[in-house]
Amino acid sequence: MLLREGEVRIPSGCAISAITDTSGERFSGTDIIESIALMHDRSNGLGGGFAAYGIYPEFKDLYAFHIFYDDNDARVKTEEFLFKHYDIEYFEQIPTRKTKSIEKAPLIWRYFGAVPNSKMKKNDYDDDEYTAKCVIRVNNEIKGAYIFSSGKNMGAFKAVGYPEDVGEYYMLDGYKAHTWTAHGRFPTNTPGWWGGAHPFTLLDWSIVHNGEISSYDANRRFVEQFGYRCNLQTDTEVITYLFDLLVRRQGLKLDMSASILAAPEWTVIDNMPQKEKELYTALRTVYSSCLINGPFSILVGSKHGLLALNDRLKLRSLITAKKGSKIYFASEESAIRIICPEPEEIKAVEGGVPVFIPFAEVKD
Amino acid sequence: MKITAGKQGFQSLNEQVRELLSENDEILIEDVNGQRYIGAAMDKGKTLNLYGTPGNDMGAYLNGGKIEVFGNAQEAVGNTMGGGEIIIHGHTGDTLGYAMRDGEIYVRNRAGSRAGIHMKEFENMHPTVVIGGIAGAFLAEYMAGGTLIVLGLNRDKNQDIVGAHCATGMHGGKIYVRGEVPEHHISPNISVSELNEEENEELLRCIKKYCVLFKEEEEYILKEKFYKLSPSSSRPYANLYTKN
Amino acid sequence: MNYTVPEFEVERNINRCISCGACVRQCSYEVHYFDDDGKTVLADESKCVACHRCAAICPTRAIKIKKYDMAYKEHSNWTPVMQKEINLQAATGGVLLSGMSNNKPYPIYWDKILLNASQVTNPSIDPLREPMEIRTFLGRKPEKLEFNENGELKTKLPPQIQLETPIMFSAMSFGSISFNAQKSLAMAAKELGTLFNTGEGGLHPKLEEFKDYAVVQVASGRFGVHKGYLESGRFIEIKIGQGAKPGIGGHLPGEKVTVEVSNARMIPVGSDAISPAPHHDIYSIEDLRQLIWSLKEATQYKKPVAVKIAAVHNCSAIVSGVARAGADIIVMDGFRGGTGAAPTRIRDNVGIPIELALAAVDKRLRDESIRNTVSLVAAGSFRNSADIVKAIALGADAVYVASAPLIAMGCHMCQQCHSGKCNWGIATQRPDLVKRLNPEIMYKRVVNLIDAWNHEIKEMLGGMGLNSIDSLRGNRLMLRGIGLTEKELEILGISHAGE
Repeated sequence: MLLREGEVRIPSGCAISAITDTSGERFSGTDIIESIALMHDRSNGLGGGFAAYGIYPEFKDLYAFHIFYDDNDARVKTEEFLFKHYDIEYFEQIPTRKTKSIEKAPLIWRYFGAVPNSKMKKNDYDDDEYTAKCVIRVNNEIKGAYIFSSGKNMGAFKAVGYPEDVGEYYMLDGYKAHTWTAHGRFPTNTPGWWGGAHPFTLLDWSIVHNGEISSYDANRRFVEQFGYRCNLQTDTEVITYLFDLLVRRQGLKLDMSASILAAPEWTVIDNMPQKEKELYTALRTVYSSCLINGPFSILVGSKHGLLALNDRLKLRSLITAKKGSKIYFASEESAIRIICPEPEEIKAVEGGVPVFIPFAEVKD
Repeated sequence: MKITAGKQGFQSLNEQVRELLSENDEILIEDVNGQRYIGAAMDKGKTLNLYGTPGNDMGAYLNGGKIEVFGNAQEAVGNTMGGGEIIIHGHTGDTLGYAMRDGEIYVRNRAGSRAGIHMKEFENMHPTVVIGGIAGAFLAEYMAGGTLIVLGLNRDKNQDIVGAHCATGMHGGKIYVRGEVPEHHISPNISVSELNEEENEELLRCIKKYCVLFKEEEEYILKEKFYKLSPSSSRPYANLYTKN
Repeated sequence: MNYTVPEFEVERNINRCISCGACVRQCSYEVHYFDDDGKTVLADESKCVACHRCAAICPTRAIKIKKYDMAYKEHSNWTPVMQKEINLQAATGGVLLSGMSNNKPYPIYWDKILLNASQVTNPSIDPLREPMEIRTFLGRKPEKLEFNENGELKTKLPPQIQLETPIMFSAMSFGSISFNAQKSLAMAAKELGTLFNTGEGGLHPKLEEFKDYAVVQVASGRFGVHKGYLESGRFIEIKIGQGAKPGIGGHLPGEKVTVEVSNARMIPVGSDAISPAPHHDIYSIEDLRQLIWSLKEATQYKKPVAVKIAAVHNCSAIVSGVARAGADIIVMDGFRGGTGAAPTRIRDNVGIPIELALAAVDKRLRDESIRNTVSLVAAGSFRNSADIVKAIALGADAVYVASAPLIAMGCHMCQQCHSGKCNWGIATQRPDLVKRLNPEIMYKRVVNLIDAWNHEIKEMLGGMGLNSIDSLRGNRLMLRGIGLTEKELEILGISHAGE
């Protein structure tokens, strides 16, 4: 039997794409599906997914949990846990549409809930820390249950299949988000577990990623010192935890964190003005084990905004374009032009130079 | 002959193109959207005119044919090109002309990382790449032969004409760069010098062609002095190993 | 009556020998001598240690050192070596003393670990053309960095040591090795951007110019330790133990305490320099804390303080305690580490391999979430660059090497360092022998060696798809065991090849 993610490390290649409206205007998932569909040849039908920010304005202050269940038993156990640990205001099966190539679907549910006040008093954690711990607990301890999305006013949608079919399956044309990211996966060996598709998320972090990192175990063993458990053994998972650790828990700015993951070369640092040199030397010294090595292009969504980052040797392509208030990213230029034929500006994201688009006030 | 690519996959498009080329010498393809391998291994005497954004590996193994793109191109244009001509009226992505052995590539604007990587020459084969804008990092990595010209036109003041690690591992061929060379980006085993008469002639010939193709002014381009980058040794790593 | 037979035989090709007498003049063990005719060269092979100096110097290549071919009745328990050692002790009543390092055939785990390389899913990186970073920092790291509202660094970083290679030269005191040998290492360290280590022999005034490349050691004898000494080193290393002789102190006999050694160690000429087995102000872990902080106070927190221990059975618990006691850098020395002199039984039977100790310690520190706060340096026999790459992947920040650079300077592993007669001018204080080692030539050989290793490390990193040594540290996915038991794999924290 083939081992699934978490039981074995599965290298994979990919296509990624994103659109964000800096005015905060929300728009449907039609464009992002069209963009990722154009890069069909970069995935192999073994995983596709999307993350959407601003989709649940009616529940915007509640944690939105998207959960895969292998069976009803897993659902009962998980709901018992969720209702005990959260004030759940609303829950339902996530609506899907029959789509030819999407098969063997698990049960897919979503729950909107708040951390009860009583829980807060008992623990020293803030809501996010409390929720992160709950998510990790469900995913580790309840057999057949997997929380694949847990942020506020955002959600991940993923499945085994080509991304365009996944978008169709989840009816993303019917959602409105101010920011969309998408992923088409090319794993080299996988039994096709839905939880193993991307984006990987934790709280409102969502990451889509192209490339395979060689520094994986150095990064994993570093981040696991801080209580994370890299159960899926995927690059995206470890990168998500690194961002969560640096930004949410240690309070570093997102761009600073990007400069840790794709650190400037020493020859560049050596030629910086003194103060800057000290800063970057400190970053590389203290966080040396967070350096991501190997080819990657990633798009990181969070409550802060959208971050695009390329490895410092620029081993993966990543293009960005601008038109009006919209900013586009994609692994290939044609995947942008198909939805935005005449951009005002189009260029490559440079190796190791983060591009950060902060989110505007969201328009409901 | 005119066809439309639209959203069809690369295989059906390229099959159609090959079929049409068996009876036509020139084809115009409209609405190209990321289809890969267009014009791969196309022979001498055949011409493709592309509108839109062709996908990766355009003109790979090009065998004497001509491809003109009225728009931008993506990664790996002219991969292992053996001859012919590629003209891009826009910019191009990474790894332009990887291991190219003969023929010419003219890019109106910038090129991404690793342009001219491992270009080489053999007997009377001599590849030429002309980049009108700036070139990204690792330009001419491992370059072994041929001519690479970077004009750096229309760039911002703070942009260097070539990116970091320029000509690293270069052990043959010549790069002509317009204006001051950003020394800190140039690999240590590379010498920067002035062009001799013969090299000047080659440069002028290429600039003339660039100006005709893209309607630029020769006089303006030649206002700035050109410098030549070439390897100090054709065997920079000769002393690295010890026999065991 | 000779109860022991010689170990070696000197074979002289008389067709080649031109009776030049070079071997006679060169051999400090007085093996070679002229016969009464003043022409024929003879040899007393019972004195030969197989240092090969004579063979190397002989202009006509007339000399060959062979194993002395004496047959014993087969016995795999009472080997000739066992019998020889009993006879030596029977004759003298002495404790067996050896130089260099454990020479018994224990498993060498480096040879049972294989490295990975990239294929397709991620590219290997060409180290000659692409940037490839092996710069390494040692020192205590804060758990996180903090910034003020302008994005400027608020956290004040403890002192860090910047090395341009993860390879340092381990402690060898002036006394145990010659001035010229130590100077060669100092010069090499300077050129390579790394550090040499004074051992407990103090810093010779003539090596002051290399103080920015020196680690100064504080051992139980506190030889040469004073304010200026502490302030001259890049970091201070408290030596608790040594891999070659865990639990054992040192003894530099009075006859080796020459004027120069006396000056560097700040003890009278001709007096025995005894390093007690323990530090007599450290009888427990809290006492170690006291010594660490006294050194930090004395140097105003400008110098990292390292603690060096021998790799012993419970080293993970010890290292965890040492980290918590305030050490900034922790050095672990495995049981194959070298020494100027050690009781043979200790050298060959005490301690554990650095591979297992390092893997266990790195894991323990990670389990306790403190690995990132301290630097780990592994020592105890690195024979080549692949050993070093494997050590870093197991979790080391840097390594110490000593035997390898000594071999580069001429050492032939005759293991007679304690005799003080080193024909290669390394482990001796005899002026006529010391001057055979020309620092100007030897430092360059050491630089060549480490340069070559640096290149090889970069090649291996590139093959694994890494362009920085930072991404190798603790990256055990890059390692696979071959021919190891489940238990060994578990301790090393690696999978078996094929998994």
